Amino acid sequence: MATLPPVTHDAETARRNLRVGLMAFAGALAMLGLGYAAVPLYQLFCQVTGFGGTTMIATEAQAATAAANATGQKISIRFDASTASDVPWTFHPSQVTDTITIGERDIATYVARNEGSKPITGMATFNVEPEQAGKYFNKIQCFCFTEQTLQPGQEVTMPVLYYVDPAMLDDPNMKGVEQITLSYTFHRTSAPATAAPAGTN
Amino acid sequence: MATTAEGFDAHHGHGHDAHDHADHKPGFFARWFMSTNHKDIGSMYLIFAIIAGIVGGAISGIMRIELAEPGIQYLQWWAQFMGGGNDLNTALHMWNVFITAHGLIMVFFMVMPAMIGGFGNWFVPLMIGAPDMAFPRMNNVSFWLTVAGFFSLLFSLFVPGGSGPGAGTGWTVYAPLSTSGSVGPAVDFAIFSLHLSGAGSILGATNFITTIFNMRAPGMTLHKMPLFVWSVLVTAFLLLLALPVLAAAITMLLTDRNFGTTFFDPAGGGDPVLYQHLFWFFGHPEVYIMILPGFGMISQIIATFSKKPVFGYLGMAYAMVAIGVVGFIVWAHHMYTVGLDVNTKMYFTAATMVIAVPTGVKIFSWIATMWGGSLSFKSPMVWSMGFIFLFTVGGVTGVVLANGGIDDNLHDTYYVVAHFHYVLSMGAVFSMFAGFYYWFPKMSGRMHSELLSHIHFWTFFVGVNVIFFPQHFLGMQGMPRRYPDYPEAYTFWHEISTYGYYIMAGSMVFFFVNVLYALLAGKKAEANPWGEGATTLEWTLPSPPPYHQFETLPVITDAHDYHDHRPATA
Repeated sequence: MATLPPVTHDAETARRNLRVGLMAFAGALAMLGLGYAAVPLYQLFCQVTGFGGTTMIATEAQAATAAANATGQKISIRFDASTASDVPWTFHPSQVTDTITIGERDIATYVARNEGSKPITGMATFNVEPEQAGKYFNKIQCFCFTEQTLQPGQEVTMPVLYYVDPAMLDDPNMKGVEQITLSYTFHRTSAPATAAPAGTN
Repeated sequence: MATTAEGFDAHHGHGHDAHDHADHKPGFFARWFMSTNHKDIGSMYLIFAIIAGIVGGAISGIMRIELAEPGIQYLQWWAQFMGGGNDLNTALHMWNVFITAHGLIMVFFMVMPAMIGGFGNWFVPLMIGAPDMAFPRMNNVSFWLTVAGFFSLLFSLFVPGGSGPGAGTGWTVYAPLSTSGSVGPAVDFAIFSLHLSGAGSILGATNFITTIFNMRAPGMTLHKMPLFVWSVLVTAFLLLLALPVLAAAITMLLTDRNFGTTFFDPAGGGDPVLYQHLFWFFGHPEVYIMILPGFGMISQIIATFSKKPVFGYLGMAYAMVAIGVVGFIVWAHHMYTVGLDVNTKMYFTAATMVIAVPTGVKIFSWIATMWGGSLSFKSPMVWSMGFIFLFTVGGVTGVVLANGGIDDNLHDTYYVVAHFHYVLSMGAVFSMFAGFYYWFPKMSGRMHSELLSHIHFWTFFVGVNVIFFPQHFLGMQGMPRRYPDYPEAYTFWHEISTYGYYIMAGSMVFFFVNVLYALLAGKKAEANPWGEGATTLEWTLPSPPPYHQFETLPVITDAHDYHDHRPATA
């Protein structure tokens, strides 16, 4: 080889260089790991804070507490439905809007029909608008918690049991919000059924 | 063996011992392809950056010419030329490919290689009195990874990327456009290009950190280091902490595209907005990576040509540290319109504006350095003063855009384009030209023409301002970025902007003529062509410096301060 050896340092400098170099490189690796750790952390963050319109999942007990705090004020809920382009279903809400008492539970239904010629399993992702309403929009039961399989031509009516937390009345960010839109999108699932609830974010 | 004789001559009459083997160079292939010499690698980075700059600049020319009048004039021709179809969709895709290539090339293959790889490699070891970088072979790996990344990006132009050849995602590579929206291998090659150059930069950053921490000459404490070395140190830390996050994000894009993961796909529980968070967690420090070494160079140059120590040395050094630290917690100001709530926007607005404080410290310290100084308006100095003015203009529009409320209106308009070109295409580029004219005599051993440098400065100054100042007006009138066509109402300022491009392109002729003139017929440069103001260690060596320098390490004593590192005997 015609290369000259690099400028030689004494062994002590070389050793110290290696140590600092490895420390720096470990820092870079740690940041790479942090980049990936951001994925579950972000999901957790969205689920806890309702960030980006992530809705909450409530138990019966929580729903009862909310109902006890109801003040009688009303809010309008608008329902929205869509499907991913590869899901040949018609999917629409049974009611376009509903006016409910804040704190009290209400049930809404969606209708889905498989217009294709093959059975299709889908799962709905959900979101609310405005986004700051996410943490006050609680679902007790929802068809979006599980996968739905529709045979060709089959039509189903699917319920969602929900309430709006009265705590929203104390949140300055919710001031002026008179209507919350609940939106679902059906996506095709290729994987076998899992018990975990799907959700955006 | 003219070069050997020259190098030998340069040693005569100089304080440092000239060793016989100090200027012995290996053969051509070994010297340039297997290089472990920081000066050779620095030169290669600079040449590479100039070539990439020509490519990226030519692409911006194509875009400016297309934008000179409303309607689509030339895109279809370009789409066909690049091997695509003749339809409008392919032509519009071609536009996206141009904006993507222009952004990626200028950021990753022009500014970063020139600032960090070029000037950083050349002058960090010289300024701290080190014989070379800490890991010379890794230095070589960094350079060739960057070159390989550039070729991967160029290759992506010739393979399918959706509705035509090439990756048309913008430099931000947002999902879902870059995942389900771009079928074909082009985006994969573009992502791979970022992986390669990112890996190169991370290795380079490791190298700089180790070099600066371990290889300083005896007595060269951190608080006596030249500010350019400080700037590269802070930049290296930003690279080390920010680039791996980009690597993670684009690796997720790759697996989303090819291996069925759903990091950014709502169908599987992912969220495209997460990509934006990850990208801008890298992307905002990245803009400081591009400008901080420029800050360092401007500090050296202003001090040199004011014949004064830089004003507020410690404030200048720690202002850069502060900019680097705060730069990591302001990323969401790039994504005010994704639906952040009011409180989040308030935080990011306030945090972003805080950065104006250390930046203001730097601007005022540069002015205070000039105040009462014995100024000489040599070419590096005029470029530096141009930098201060134009960077401040870009900074002012930055404060405007920092406001979450105003940004709702200006987001993705030409106002943003004007803003970041004022800080980069003028801030970063002016500092690079300043650094180039400052150190060209040192690197080449030849003097450039001051007259041509000044003509280059004035024409370039007029050109870039004519390009970008009208874009503020276009943006405030609602012209969105990333479109090849627009309503007739926008014609006037677009046309002016394109004239500016012609002026700027013409001014670059003076640059290249100047470099050729200097290399072919330039006067031999002395060890220190800039006189008593140039006090850092690189000016104590001949021009060009011997192939291996500081075989006897220089010693910085208590008599030396942060400003003057020359040997006491001189």
